[in-house]
Amino acid sequence: MAEFTLPKNSKVKPGKTFENAEGATNKKTFRVYRWEPDSGENPRLDSYEINLDNCGPMVLDAIIYIKNEIDSTLTFRRSCREGICGSCAMNIGGTNTLACTTAISEYKGDVAIYPLPHMPVIKDLVPDLTHFYAQYASIKPWMQTQTAPPPDAETLQSKEERAELDGLYECILCACCSTSCPSYWWNSDRYLGPAILLQAYRWIADSRDEFTGERLDDLEDPFRLYRCHTIMNCTNACPKGLNPAKAIAEIKKLMLSRTL
Amino acid sequence: MSLQSPIGRVRGLGSAKEGVHHWWSQRVTALVLIPLSLWFIYSLVVVTGADYATVVDWLANPLNAVLMLLFIISLYYHAALGLQVVIEDYIDSEWQKIACLILVKFLALLAGISAAIAVLKVYLGL
Repeated sequence: MAEFTLPKNSKVKPGKTFENAEGATNKKTFRVYRWEPDSGENPRLDSYEINLDNCGPMVLDAIIYIKNEIDSTLTFRRSCREGICGSCAMNIGGTNTLACTTAISEYKGDVAIYPLPHMPVIKDLVPDLTHFYAQYASIKPWMQTQTAPPPDAETLQSKEERAELDGLYECILCACCSTSCPSYWWNSDRYLGPAILLQAYRWIADSRDEFTGERLDDLEDPFRLYRCHTIMNCTNACPKGLNPAKAIAEIKKLMLSRTL
Repeated sequence: MSLQSPIGRVRGLGSAKEGVHHWWSQRVTALVLIPLSLWFIYSLVVVTGADYATVVDWLANPLNAVLMLLFIISLYYHAALGLQVVIEDYIDSEWQKIACLILVKFLALLAGISAAIAVLKVYLGL
């Protein structure tokens, strides 16, 4: 059966408490998932109370503040801090999102921070995305043509054709959608998941690409594509406001239209 | 332990080149079942409390017999398709999955054919 509970060595235990906001009026507690691969111990939930007057407005600011000022052992990924690199994707307050574009003020009470769900954890908030990236590579995310590209010009696209890529090209592959999808939790070994299927559709929908048929062939599979049951968690989670569920529906429609 | 590359694992056995038919059949049977189920519920209300002879007469009417057969076929086909998805989703072990799939399809056929034969028996007056 699919695993519905955490294995014994992954059960999250209560952790340490750090108080760093004596006398502050504007304070907030962040409860952060911690796990060290070398310690052999179970994951734990550490609490950090911080003075929000000393820290920036976003959840990522708080996490960086914790690392700089309170506990330098906290491990997480971040880079651009403006929602374009996708590094700081994590589960905040029960929802997958980017820590850098999520304001602390959106949360009432304590803020719980976990790594992206149902992924192997490397350390603390850092999930192992090797398989996710391999799935991305498997859909050949580059232009494929039979026509030789013109040596001295671009391959042109009309404005309408370019508009087909709106809502697709913005995807930053943060994995918030895929790791919020129950189908991806249970069957990610074979199901490509919303992020990769949206990317696959980005190339299927590209008027300049001439390998649409081959791309559809590669996706036509009960597991790779059809594990999507239109749960829509992906669309709910996407921090860029994209609609992976719609992209998957478009792929299914194309699959059908070539048989009817 | 496996030293297979991540992309080798993802590409795996390649695509099965099927799934469209299953997906489309599930949706079409769902649509067809809306009017058929309404008709079935209406029929249940009509024949409830009637005696055996009246019900047999009702089912021997060609329109009722045809609609009943359509309802039975779509219902068990739709159920088998839906249960197949649930089994593929949640059962990891390969042999358990295959066993469950065979069992579900067999039970759907068994129940569907039995119900259809019952209707035909009444309709043909055997």
